[in-house]
Amino acid sequence: MVTSSFDYYAPTSVADALALLDQHGDDAKLLAGGHSLIPLMKTRLAEPAVLIDLGKISTLSYINEQDGGLAIGAMTTYSEIAGSELVQSNAPVLAEASGQVADNQIRNRGTIGGSLSHSDPAGDLPAVALALGAQLTTSSSGAHRTISADDFFVDLLTTALEPNEILSEIVIPALPAGTGTAYAKFANKASHYAVVGVAAVVTVGSDGTCQSARIGITGAGPKATRATGTESALVGSNLDDSAVRAAASHAGDGIDFNEDVHASGEYRAHLISVYAARAIRAAVENAS
Amino acid sequence: MAQEITLTVNGATRTNQVEPRLLLADYLRSVLDLTGTHVGCDTSNCGACTVSLNGDAVKSCTVFAVQADGADVTTLEGLASDDGTLHPIQEGFWEKHGLQCGFCTPGMIMSSLDLLSKNPNPTEAEIREGLSGNLCRCTGYHNIVLAVQFAAEKMNSGS
Repeated sequence: MVTSSFDYYAPTSVADALALLDQHGDDAKLLAGGHSLIPLMKTRLAEPAVLIDLGKISTLSYINEQDGGLAIGAMTTYSEIAGSELVQSNAPVLAEASGQVADNQIRNRGTIGGSLSHSDPAGDLPAVALALGAQLTTSSSGAHRTISADDFFVDLLTTALEPNEILSEIVIPALPAGTGTAYAKFANKASHYAVVGVAAVVTVGSDGTCQSARIGITGAGPKATRATGTESALVGSNLDDSAVRAAASHAGDGIDFNEDVHASGEYRAHLISVYAARAIRAAVENAS
Repeated sequence: MAQEITLTVNGATRTNQVEPRLLLADYLRSVLDLTGTHVGCDTSNCGACTVSLNGDAVKSCTVFAVQADGADVTTLEGLASDDGTLHPIQEGFWEKHGLQCGFCTPGMIMSSLDLLSKNPNPTEAEIREGLSGNLCRCTGYHNIVLAVQFAAEKMNSGS
Protein backbone atom coordinates (compact mmCIF):
# COMPACT_ATOMS: atom_id res chain seq x y z
CA MET A 1 0.00 0.00 0.00
CA VAL A 2 1.22 3.46 -0.87
CA THR A 3 0.50 6.54 1.19
CA SER A 4 -0.36 9.94 -0.23
CA SER A 5 2.62 12.12 -1.05
CA PHE A 6 4.03 14.27 1.70
CA ASP A 7 7.02 16.46 2.47
CA TYR A 8 9.32 14.93 5.06
CA TYR A 9 11.39 16.73 7.65
CA ALA A 10 13.68 15.13 10.21
CA PRO A 11 14.68 17.88 12.66
CA THR A 12 17.42 17.11 15.16
CA SER A 13 16.19 19.35 17.97
CA VAL A 14 12.84 20.01 19.64
CA ALA A 15 13.21 23.71 18.80
CA ASP A 16 13.56 22.90 15.09
CA ALA A 17 10.59 20.53 15.25
CA LEU A 18 8.46 23.22 16.91
CA ALA A 19 9.46 25.78 14.26
CA LEU A 20 8.36 23.34 11.55
CA LEU A 21 5.12 22.70 13.41
CA ASP A 22 4.45 26.45 13.66
CA GLN A 23 5.26 26.86 9.97
CA HIS A 24 3.06 24.06 8.65
CA GLY A 25 0.22 24.14 11.16
CA ASP A 26 -2.64 21.77 10.47
CA ASP A 27 -0.95 20.38 7.34
CA ALA A 28 1.66 18.67 9.50
CA LYS A 29 1.62 15.49 11.56
CA LEU A 30 4.31 14.46 14.01
CA LEU A 31 5.85 11.06 13.32
CA ALA A 32 7.08 9.12 16.35
CA GLY A 33 7.43 5.33 16.01
CA GLY A 34 4.91 5.41 13.19
CA HIS A 35 3.09 2.20 14.07
CA SER A 36 -0.26 3.92 14.43
CA LEU A 37 0.23 6.77 11.95
CA ILE A 38 1.79 4.88 9.02
CA PRO A 39 -1.00 2.26 8.89
CA LEU A 40 -3.53 5.12 8.93
CA MET A 41 -1.64 6.78 6.08
CA LYS A 42 -1.50 3.55 4.08
CA THR A 43 -5.27 3.23 4.24
CA ARG A 44 -5.47 6.99 3.53
CA LEU A 45 -7.48 7.63 6.66
CA ALA A 46 -4.69 10.14 7.32
CA GLU A 47 -3.16 12.17 4.48
CA PRO A 48 -0.86 14.73 6.06
CA ALA A 49 0.90 17.02 3.59
CA VAL A 50 3.91 17.27 5.90
CA LEU A 51 5.50 14.72 8.22
CA ILE A 52 7.80 15.95 10.97
CA ASP A 53 9.80 12.94 12.12
CA LEU A 54 10.87 13.15 15.77
CA GLY A 55 13.06 10.08 15.36
CA LYS A 56 16.31 11.97 14.92
CA ILE A 57 15.90 14.06 18.10
CA SER A 58 18.14 12.10 20.45
CA THR A 59 17.26 14.35 23.42
CA LEU A 60 13.71 12.93 23.45
CA SER A 61 14.84 9.40 24.25
CA TYR A 62 15.88 8.69 27.86
CA ILE A 63 14.82 7.09 31.12
CA ASN A 64 15.96 8.97 34.24
CA GLU A 65 15.29 8.57 37.93
CA GLN A 66 13.61 11.69 39.28
CA ASP A 67 12.58 12.26 42.91
CA GLY A 68 12.22 8.52 43.42
CA GLY A 69 10.03 8.27 40.34
CA LEU A 70 10.87 8.52 36.68
CA ALA A 71 11.26 11.05 33.88
CA ILE A 72 10.95 9.42 30.47
CA GLY A 73 11.54 11.04 27.10
CA ALA A 74 8.55 10.82 24.79
CA MET A 75 10.49 9.00 22.03
CA THR A 76 11.59 6.17 24.32
CA THR A 77 10.45 2.86 22.83
CA TYR A 78 8.35 0.17 24.46
CA SER A 79 11.34 -2.19 24.25
CA GLU A 80 13.59 0.27 26.07
CA ILE A 81 10.97 0.77 28.79
CA ALA A 82 10.16 -2.92 29.18
CA GLY A 83 13.85 -3.78 29.49
CA SER A 84 14.79 -0.95 31.87
CA GLU A 85 15.72 -2.03 35.40
CA LEU A 86 14.94 1.50 36.54
CA VAL A 87 11.37 1.27 35.24
CA GLN A 88 11.00 -2.28 36.58
CA SER A 89 11.93 -0.96 40.01
CA ASN A 90 10.26 2.51 40.11
CA ALA A 91 7.10 1.87 38.05
CA PRO A 92 6.89 -1.89 37.49
CA VAL A 93 3.44 -1.75 35.85
CA LEU A 94 4.84 0.47 33.09
CA ALA A 95 7.53 -2.09 32.24
CA GLU A 96 5.00 -4.93 32.48
CA ALA A 97 2.47 -3.28 30.17
CA SER A 98 5.12 -2.06 27.69
CA GLY A 99 6.35 -5.65 27.35
CA GLN A 100 2.82 -6.75 26.41
CA VAL A 101 2.30 -4.24 23.61
CA ALA A 102 1.85 -5.88 20.20
CA ASP A 103 5.03 -7.84 19.37
CA ASN A 104 8.79 -7.46 19.55
CA GLN A 105 9.22 -5.66 16.22
CA ILE A 106 6.51 -3.14 17.05
CA ARG A 107 7.89 -2.63 20.57
CA ASN A 108 11.23 -1.81 18.95
CA ARG A 109 9.62 1.12 17.08
CA GLY A 110 6.59 2.25 19.06
CA THR A 111 7.10 4.96 21.67
CA ILE A 112 5.47 5.98 24.95
CA GLY A 113 4.86 9.50 23.66
CA GLY A 114 3.31 8.24 20.46
CA SER A 115 1.02 5.88 22.33
CA LEU A 116 -0.23 8.54 24.74
CA SER A 117 -0.62 11.21 22.04
CA HIS A 118 -2.52 8.86 19.73
CA SER A 119 -4.93 7.92 22.55
CA ASP A 120 -6.05 4.75 20.82
CA PRO A 121 -9.04 3.34 22.73
CA ALA A 122 -7.29 -0.06 22.77
CA GLY A 123 -3.77 1.23 23.55
CA ASP A 124 -2.11 -0.08 26.70
CA LEU A 125 -0.11 2.85 28.04
CA PRO A 126 -2.92 5.41 28.53
CA ALA A 127 -4.38 3.18 31.27
CA VAL A 128 -0.96 2.84 32.86
CA ALA A 129 -0.31 6.59 32.79
CA LEU A 130 -3.65 7.15 34.53
CA ALA A 131 -2.98 4.54 37.20
CA LEU A 132 0.50 5.91 37.92
CA GLY A 133 -0.71 9.51 38.08
CA ALA A 134 1.71 10.53 35.33
CA GLN A 135 2.35 14.19 34.54
CA LEU A 136 2.86 14.91 30.85
CA THR A 137 5.15 17.76 29.80
CA THR A 138 4.54 19.41 26.47
CA SER A 139 6.70 21.83 24.52
CA SER A 140 5.57 24.59 22.21
CA SER A 141 7.60 27.48 20.85
CA GLY A 142 8.94 29.31 23.89
CA ALA A 143 6.71 27.49 26.37
CA HIS A 144 6.23 24.33 28.40
CA ARG A 145 3.06 23.00 29.93
CA THR A 146 2.36 20.17 32.33
CA ILE A 147 -0.85 18.20 31.89
CA SER A 148 -2.01 15.57 34.36
CA ALA A 149 -2.79 12.22 32.73
CA ASP A 150 -6.27 12.65 34.26
CA ASP A 151 -6.83 15.67 32.01
CA PHE A 152 -4.93 14.45 28.94
CA PHE A 153 -7.26 11.90 27.38
CA VAL A 154 -10.24 13.82 26.07
CA ASP A 155 -12.07 11.43 23.76
CA LEU A 156 -11.57 8.82 21.06
CA LEU A 157 -8.13 9.53 19.50
CA THR A 158 -8.28 13.01 21.05
CA THR A 159 -6.01 14.49 23.70
CA ALA A 160 -5.48 17.85 25.37
CA LEU A 161 -2.44 18.47 23.14
CA GLU A 162 -2.69 21.70 21.17
CA PRO A 163 -1.78 21.62 17.45
CA ASN A 164 1.45 23.55 18.12
CA GLU A 165 2.56 21.30 20.98
CA ILE A 166 4.85 18.27 21.20
CA LEU A 167 4.57 15.85 24.08
CA SER A 168 8.15 15.80 25.29
CA GLU A 169 8.37 14.10 28.69
CA ILE A 170 6.40 11.75 30.91
CA VAL A 171 7.00 12.20 34.64
CA ILE A 172 5.94 9.43 36.98
CA PRO A 173 5.81 10.21 40.69
CA ALA A 174 7.47 7.94 43.25
CA LEU A 175 5.28 5.11 44.50
CA PRO A 176 4.54 5.25 48.24
CA ALA A 177 5.94 2.46 50.45
CA GLY A 178 3.72 -0.61 50.44
CA THR A 179 2.54 -0.05 46.88
CA GLY A 180 2.08 -2.86 44.40
CA THR A 181 1.27 -2.52 40.71
CA ALA A 182 0.02 -4.81 37.97
CA TYR A 183 -1.43 -4.81 34.45
CA ALA A 184 -3.96 -7.38 33.25
CA LYS A 185 -5.36 -7.46 29.76
CA PHE A 186 -7.50 -9.55 27.51
CA ALA A 187 -5.53 -9.17 24.32
CA ASN A 188 -6.77 -9.52 20.79
CA LYS A 189 -5.05 -12.73 19.70
CA ALA A 190 -3.70 -11.33 16.43
CA SER A 191 -2.82 -7.71 17.20
CA HIS A 192 -2.40 -7.91 21.00
CA TYR A 193 -4.40 -4.70 21.28
CA ALA A 194 -6.36 -4.61 24.54
CA VAL A 195 -9.95 -5.78 24.16
CA VAL A 196 -9.90 -4.64 27.77
CA GLY A 197 -6.88 -3.78 29.90
CA VAL A 198 -6.58 -2.75 33.53
CA ALA A 199 -3.62 -1.14 35.28
CA ALA A 200 -3.78 -1.21 39.08
CA VAL A 201 -1.64 0.72 41.56
CA VAL A 202 -2.60 -0.22 45.12
CA THR A 203 -1.01 0.90 48.40
CA VAL A 204 -1.45 -1.54 51.27
CA GLY A 205 -1.06 -0.35 54.88
CA SER A 206 0.75 -2.28 57.60
CA ASP A 207 -2.64 -3.47 58.86
CA GLY A 208 -3.40 -4.98 55.44
CA THR A 209 -6.07 -2.45 54.47
CA CYS A 210 -6.04 -0.47 51.28
CA GLN A 211 -4.60 3.02 51.80
CA SER A 212 -5.01 4.21 48.23
CA ALA A 213 -5.82 2.83 44.81
CA ARG A 214 -5.61 4.12 41.27
CA ILE A 215 -7.14 1.95 38.57
CA GLY A 216 -6.73 2.81 34.87
CA ILE A 217 -8.75 0.98 32.26
CA THR A 218 -8.46 0.82 28.49
CA GLY A 219 -10.22 -0.96 25.64
CA ALA A 220 -13.62 -0.70 27.28
CA GLY A 221 -14.83 2.68 26.07
CA PRO A 222 -13.82 5.43 23.65
CA LYS A 223 -10.84 6.50 25.76
CA ALA A 224 -8.78 5.30 28.70
CA THR A 225 -10.28 6.30 32.01
CA ARG A 226 -9.97 5.87 35.77
CA ALA A 227 -12.31 3.40 37.45
CA THR A 228 -13.16 5.75 40.29
CA GLY A 229 -16.01 3.59 41.60
CA THR A 230 -13.60 0.70 42.00
CA GLU A 231 -10.98 2.93 43.61
CA SER A 232 -13.31 4.32 46.26
CA ALA A 233 -14.69 0.86 47.04
CA LEU A 234 -11.16 -0.46 47.56
CA VAL A 235 -9.85 2.26 49.84
CA GLY A 236 -10.32 1.25 53.48
CA SER A 237 -11.25 -2.31 52.58
CA ASN A 238 -9.30 -5.32 53.82
CA LEU A 239 -8.54 -6.36 50.22
CA ASP A 240 -9.81 -9.89 50.72
CA ASP A 241 -11.33 -11.74 47.79
CA SER A 242 -14.87 -10.55 48.35
CA ALA A 243 -13.74 -6.93 48.79
CA VAL A 244 -11.74 -7.09 45.57
CA ARG A 245 -14.63 -8.66 43.67
CA ALA A 246 -17.10 -6.12 45.00
CA ALA A 247 -14.82 -3.23 44.06
CA ALA A 248 -14.02 -4.67 40.63
CA SER A 249 -17.73 -4.98 39.84
CA HIS A 250 -17.74 -1.15 39.58
CA ALA A 251 -14.94 -1.01 36.98
CA GLY A 252 -17.37 -0.43 34.13
CA ASP A 253 -19.50 2.18 35.92
CA GLY A 254 -20.40 5.04 33.61
CA ILE A 255 -18.61 3.63 30.55
CA ASP A 256 -20.19 3.76 27.11
CA PHE A 257 -18.80 0.39 26.04
CA ASN A 258 -17.19 -0.13 22.65
CA GLU A 259 -18.91 -2.59 20.33
CA ASP A 260 -16.88 -4.13 17.53
CA VAL A 261 -16.03 -7.38 15.79
CA HIS A 262 -13.80 -8.39 18.71
CA ALA A 263 -16.30 -8.06 21.53
CA SER A 264 -19.83 -6.85 22.19
CA GLY A 265 -20.43 -4.11 24.72
CA GLU A 266 -22.01 -6.67 27.03
CA TYR A 267 -18.93 -8.90 26.84
CA ARG A 268 -16.60 -5.97 27.49
CA ALA A 269 -18.71 -5.01 30.50
CA HIS A 270 -18.20 -8.53 31.84
CA LEU A 271 -14.48 -8.64 31.00
CA ILE A 272 -13.66 -5.32 32.59
CA SER A 273 -14.74 -6.49 36.04
CA VAL A 274 -12.93 -9.81 35.65
CA TYR A 275 -9.70 -8.14 34.57
CA ALA A 276 -9.97 -5.39 37.17
CA ALA A 277 -10.14 -8.07 39.86
CA ARG A 278 -7.12 -9.86 38.36
CA ALA A 279 -5.06 -6.66 38.18
CA ILE A 280 -5.98 -5.66 41.75
CA ARG A 281 -5.18 -9.10 43.17
CA ALA A 282 -1.80 -9.10 41.38
CA ALA A 283 -1.04 -5.57 42.57
CA VAL A 284 -1.82 -6.51 46.17
CA GLU A 285 0.41 -9.55 45.86
CA ASN A 286 3.20 -7.40 44.44
CA ALA A 287 2.85 -4.97 47.33
CA SER A 288 4.00 -7.55 49.84
CA MET B 1 9.90 15.54 -4.08
CA ALA B 2 12.69 12.99 -3.89
CA GLN B 3 15.18 13.18 -1.04
CA GLU B 4 18.65 11.72 -0.81
CA ILE B 5 19.27 9.01 1.75
CA THR B 6 22.49 7.26 2.64
CA LEU B 7 22.44 4.12 4.69
CA THR B 8 24.42 0.94 5.21
CA VAL B 9 22.72 -2.20 3.92
CA ASN B 10 24.41 -5.54 4.61
CA GLY B 11 27.70 -3.73 5.14
CA ALA B 12 27.62 -1.67 1.93
CA THR B 13 26.95 2.06 1.81
CA ARG B 14 24.00 2.89 -0.42
CA THR B 15 22.92 6.35 -1.53
CA ASN B 16 19.67 6.89 -3.42
CA GLN B 17 17.09 9.50 -4.23
CA VAL B 18 13.75 8.33 -2.84
CA GLU B 19 10.26 9.70 -2.48
CA PRO B 20 9.48 10.19 1.23
CA ARG B 21 6.51 7.85 0.95
CA LEU B 22 8.64 4.93 -0.24
CA LEU B 23 8.49 2.23 2.42
CA LEU B 24 11.73 0.65 3.60
CA ALA B 25 10.45 -2.76 2.43
CA ASP B 26 9.84 -1.41 -1.08
CA TYR B 27 13.18 0.40 -1.10
CA LEU B 28 15.00 -2.83 -0.28
CA ARG B 29 13.05 -4.89 -2.82
CA SER B 30 12.53 -2.49 -5.71
CA VAL B 31 15.48 -0.09 -5.52
CA LEU B 32 18.18 -2.40 -4.14
CA ASP B 33 16.81 -5.66 -5.62
CA LEU B 34 17.06 -7.35 -2.22
CA THR B 35 13.96 -9.49 -2.63
CA GLY B 36 14.72 -11.73 0.34
CA THR B 37 12.63 -9.31 2.39
CA HIS B 38 9.03 -10.33 1.74
CA VAL B 39 5.89 -8.23 1.93
CA GLY B 40 3.04 -10.31 3.25
CA CYS B 41 0.19 -8.44 4.90
CA ASP B 42 1.56 -4.90 4.41
CA THR B 43 -0.24 -3.97 7.66
CA SER B 44 2.48 -4.62 10.31
CA ASN B 45 0.90 -7.88 11.42
CA CYS B 46 2.64 -10.79 9.67
CA GLY B 47 6.33 -9.95 10.09
CA ALA B 48 7.44 -11.32 6.69
CA CYS B 49 9.13 -7.96 6.01
CA THR B 50 11.22 -8.02 9.21
CA VAL B 51 14.73 -6.60 8.87
CA SER B 52 17.33 -5.45 11.37
CA LEU B 53 17.47 -1.66 11.78
CA ASN B 54 20.43 -0.57 13.93
CA GLY B 55 20.37 -3.99 15.59
CA ASP B 56 16.64 -4.15 16.29
CA ALA B 57 14.11 -6.23 14.36
CA VAL B 58 11.51 -3.98 12.72
CA LYS B 59 8.68 -4.45 10.25
CA SER B 60 10.01 -2.69 7.16
CA CYS B 61 6.49 -2.26 5.72
CA THR B 62 5.85 0.23 8.53
CA VAL B 63 9.02 2.31 8.25
CA PHE B 64 9.63 4.88 5.53
CA ALA B 65 13.00 4.56 3.79
CA VAL B 66 13.75 8.19 4.71
CA GLN B 67 13.47 7.24 8.40
CA ALA B 68 16.36 4.82 7.84
CA ASP B 69 18.63 7.59 6.52
CA GLY B 70 21.97 7.11 8.30
CA ALA B 71 20.98 3.73 9.70
CA ASP B 72 22.58 0.30 9.54
CA VAL B 73 20.22 -2.21 7.94
CA THR B 74 20.68 -5.94 7.72
CA THR B 75 18.41 -8.11 5.57
CA LEU B 76 18.29 -11.85 5.10
CA GLU B 77 20.84 -11.51 2.31
CA GLY B 78 23.36 -10.16 4.82
CA LEU B 79 23.46 -13.24 7.06
CA ALA B 80 25.39 -15.92 5.18
CA SER B 81 29.17 -15.60 4.74
CA ASP B 82 30.58 -14.52 1.42
CA ASP B 83 31.60 -18.13 0.73
CA GLY B 84 27.99 -19.21 1.13
CA THR B 85 28.31 -20.68 4.61
CA LEU B 86 24.91 -20.32 6.22
CA HIS B 87 24.36 -18.35 9.41
CA PRO B 88 23.57 -20.75 12.29
CA ILE B 89 19.93 -19.58 12.25
CA GLN B 90 19.63 -20.34 8.54
CA GLU B 91 21.30 -23.68 9.19
CA GLY B 92 18.78 -24.37 11.94
CA PHE B 93 15.85 -23.74 9.61
CA TRP B 94 17.49 -26.10 7.08
CA GLU B 95 18.36 -28.86 9.55
CA LYS B 96 15.08 -28.78 11.48
CA HIS B 97 12.87 -28.22 8.46
CA GLY B 98 11.70 -24.90 9.91
CA LEU B 99 9.73 -24.00 6.82
CA GLN B 100 7.01 -25.34 4.59
CA CYS B 101 6.15 -22.86 1.82
CA GLY B 102 8.99 -20.59 2.94
CA PHE B 103 7.23 -17.26 2.53
CA CYS B 104 7.48 -16.27 6.20
CA THR B 105 11.01 -17.65 6.58
CA PRO B 106 13.06 -14.47 5.96
CA GLY B 107 11.07 -12.63 8.62
CA MET B 108 11.22 -15.57 11.01
CA ILE B 109 15.00 -15.68 10.64
CA MET B 110 15.43 -11.93 11.12
CA SER B 111 13.23 -12.01 14.24
CA SER B 112 15.18 -14.99 15.54
CA LEU B 113 18.39 -12.99 15.06
CA ASP B 114 16.98 -10.18 17.23
CA LEU B 115 15.82 -12.68 19.86
CA LEU B 116 19.10 -14.59 20.08
CA SER B 117 21.23 -11.43 20.08
CA LYS B 118 19.39 -10.21 23.18
CA ASN B 119 18.62 -13.57 24.82
CA PRO B 120 21.15 -16.24 23.78
CA ASN B 121 19.46 -18.99 25.81
CA PRO B 122 15.71 -18.55 25.34
CA THR B 123 13.20 -21.00 26.76
CA GLU B 124 10.62 -22.45 24.39
CA ALA B 125 8.06 -19.98 25.76
CA GLU B 126 10.48 -17.08 25.16
CA ILE B 127 11.06 -18.25 21.58
CA ARG B 128 7.32 -18.42 20.93
CA GLU B 129 6.76 -14.98 22.48
CA GLY B 130 9.78 -13.54 20.69
CA LEU B 131 8.43 -14.72 17.33
CA SER B 132 4.82 -13.76 18.04
CA GLY B 133 5.12 -10.88 15.58
CA ASN B 134 5.70 -13.35 12.75
CA LEU B 135 2.89 -15.40 11.29
CA CYS B 136 3.30 -18.72 9.44
CA ARG B 137 0.20 -19.54 7.44
CA CYS B 138 1.41 -23.12 7.03
CA THR B 139 1.32 -23.19 10.87
CA GLY B 140 4.81 -24.66 10.91
CA TYR B 141 5.61 -23.19 14.31
CA HIS B 142 6.77 -26.42 15.94
CA ASN B 143 9.79 -26.88 13.69
CA ILE B 144 10.51 -23.15 13.69
CA VAL B 145 10.97 -23.38 17.47
CA LEU B 146 13.27 -26.37 16.97
CA ALA B 147 15.25 -24.38 14.38
CA VAL B 148 15.79 -21.51 16.81
CA GLN B 149 16.82 -23.95 19.56
CA PHE B 150 19.30 -25.54 17.15
CA ALA B 151 20.70 -22.11 16.29
CA ALA B 152 20.97 -21.06 19.94
CA GLU B 153 22.91 -24.18 20.80
CA LYS B 154 25.22 -23.76 17.84
CA MET B 155 25.83 -20.05 18.45
CA ASN B 156 26.53 -20.65 22.13
CA SER B 157 28.99 -23.45 21.43
CA GLY B 158 30.86 -21.07 19.15
CA SER B 159 31.19 -23.62 16.38
